[in-house]
Amino acid sequence: MEIIIAILSGVLMTTGVYNLLQKQLLRIVIGTVLLSHGAHLFILTMGKLKTGQPPILHDGIENYTDPLPQALILTSIVISFGITSLLLVLAYRTARENNTDNMEKLRGTENE
Amino acid sequence: MSNLAVLPIIIPLIAGIIVALFNSKVPITRILTKILSIISLAVVSYISWLVFTEGAIILETGGWIAPYGIVLVADPLATLLVLTTNIVAVACAFFAPHALTLKQEQHYFYAFYFFLISGVSGAFLTGDLFNLFVFFEVLLMASYALIVLGGDKVQLRESIKYVLINLFSSILFVTAVAFIYGAVGTVNMAQIAERVSEVDQDGILTTIAILLFFVFATKAALFPLYYWMPKSYIVPNPVVSALFAALLTKVGIYSILRVFSLIFVHEMELTHQFFLWIAGLSMVFGVIGALSTNNIKLIIAYNIIPAIGFIIMGIGVLNEDALSGSIYYLIHDMIIKTVLFLIVSVVAYVAGTSDLRKMGGLIHYYPILGWLLFISAFVLAGIPPFSGFIGKFLLLKGALAANEIAIVLVALLSSLLILYSVMKIFIRGFWGEKDESGKYKMKSTKGFIAPIVFLLLFSIFLGIGAEFIYPSIESISSYLLDPQLYIDSVLKE
Repeated sequence: MEIIIAILSGVLMTTGVYNLLQKQLLRIVIGTVLLSHGAHLFILTMGKLKTGQPPILHDGIENYTDPLPQALILTSIVISFGITSLLLVLAYRTARENNTDNMEKLRGTENE
Repeated sequence: MSNLAVLPIIIPLIAGIIVALFNSKVPITRILTKILSIISLAVVSYISWLVFTEGAIILETGGWIAPYGIVLVADPLATLLVLTTNIVAVACAFFAPHALTLKQEQHYFYAFYFFLISGVSGAFLTGDLFNLFVFFEVLLMASYALIVLGGDKVQLRESIKYVLINLFSSILFVTAVAFIYGAVGTVNMAQIAERVSEVDQDGILTTIAILLFFVFATKAALFPLYYWMPKSYIVPNPVVSALFAALLTKVGIYSILRVFSLIFVHEMELTHQFFLWIAGLSMVFGVIGALSTNNIKLIIAYNIIPAIGFIIMGIGVLNEDALSGSIYYLIHDMIIKTVLFLIVSVVAYVAGTSDLRKMGGLIHYYPILGWLLFISAFVLAGIPPFSGFIGKFLLLKGALAANEIAIVLVALLSSLLILYSVMKIFIRGFWGEKDESGKYKMKSTKGFIAPIVFLLLFSIFLGIGAEFIYPSIESISSYLLDPQLYIDSVLKE
């Protein structure tokens, strides 16, 4: 199970990076979303995937689910959710003000 | 008693909320900001006094014992940096009303300013790697809002790059934390350090260390990851640029200092030798950038890069002198970069342009401003007896003791070029014939000068009062060189 999720996370990261390297702003935003999904899945994998066990460490209990990655992933999801919405608004405004959503044209060469 | 450690985070947070509530009444928010930032500085000064006389304050939040809950560790290094942050913040609070437009003030500048301070203090104080990520996000969120404040064409264009690069490195940070959790099974820094030393830092841990370094180096704008920094630091309002220059890159370099003096210290040949290369290249490329441009704001922004190079050089050498030098330089640079950004913004304001080729003879109109710039250039380049000299002297002494001659030469040469790049502003902008054509109408610099002088006094005191400050810095560096002290104080074994 871990290996499948690890591969999935890798695929998400790869597609994320591919999209991040595109010229169109919206694709870049989608790339960051995919990247963060990949990272989140990866955190979950690092805590070992088990089902049906309580997240309790108690004397005599050998099998338990690690609760920490779930706490980490939740925090991380909330943060990336917030940033993605900010990024979408920012990308929209940038495209509107500069009349282009092509990163090649957003280089800014006036100080060179 | 131990609850004191959370105050530097909580006070700005509450202050931010209070200020946001009074947002529509700008005069009230201005006064409130000044009062609250001074209160915060006073409280932090008291905490620093306690930490330096009685030792580190450690708070286990929510009563969870150290490796299980989140700990806040107000050790001397963190407290010193939080204190410097608050000094810079006070100066910026007094500078802000004069530099901002009314519209920017109404769009919650002061609230975000406090959130930024809160995030920075949190990043310095936390003893938990994942919590460090969270505080990074707090300060980055505030910085995203501050950098777009105003929202003109160029600003939006550069902000989106700033947000993207920071977002990307944050995602890598989460991945690195996940790797560490998978490898050692904890995110508490003290416990990571303990476990890494138990297994003697094998290959996978060194790989993770480099990944973490990559993340922090992006935030700290080290070679070759600085390309996003200079242009995005010159587009926002001058106060915002000054805050960013003083705090954001320094949080990155602080994280490197913490992680590579506490956790990953077992593969020195590999990681720390690598740092020396990065340090040298950062210095060289930073000054080349600073010399290549005629935009005065860009000159100062490029000067951030060699400064970061100096600090990482001390981390690379990692002996007592070099580390003291790094810490000294870190404090010095936080203050002097704010001063320079503020001065340059006033120069750009009075000259009506930030292009050096269109200036000249300003000294006849603004003598005080000119001489302030002159002194700051000396402080920055490290002319004795100012603070840059003490930091560089310690760094070079440490590097020579470790037989790293090449980096010493690069550092000395780049110091000279740094001096030249800032002096260029003075020579080309201030010297020269008095311009009689009436191009410069006398603009009032009232309110701009006082915060600059306030910070410059601290900077000069850091240099002249070195005798008084050095023992504390030295105790911090010997504390950092023995990771066991930190581990014991947090885990209490």
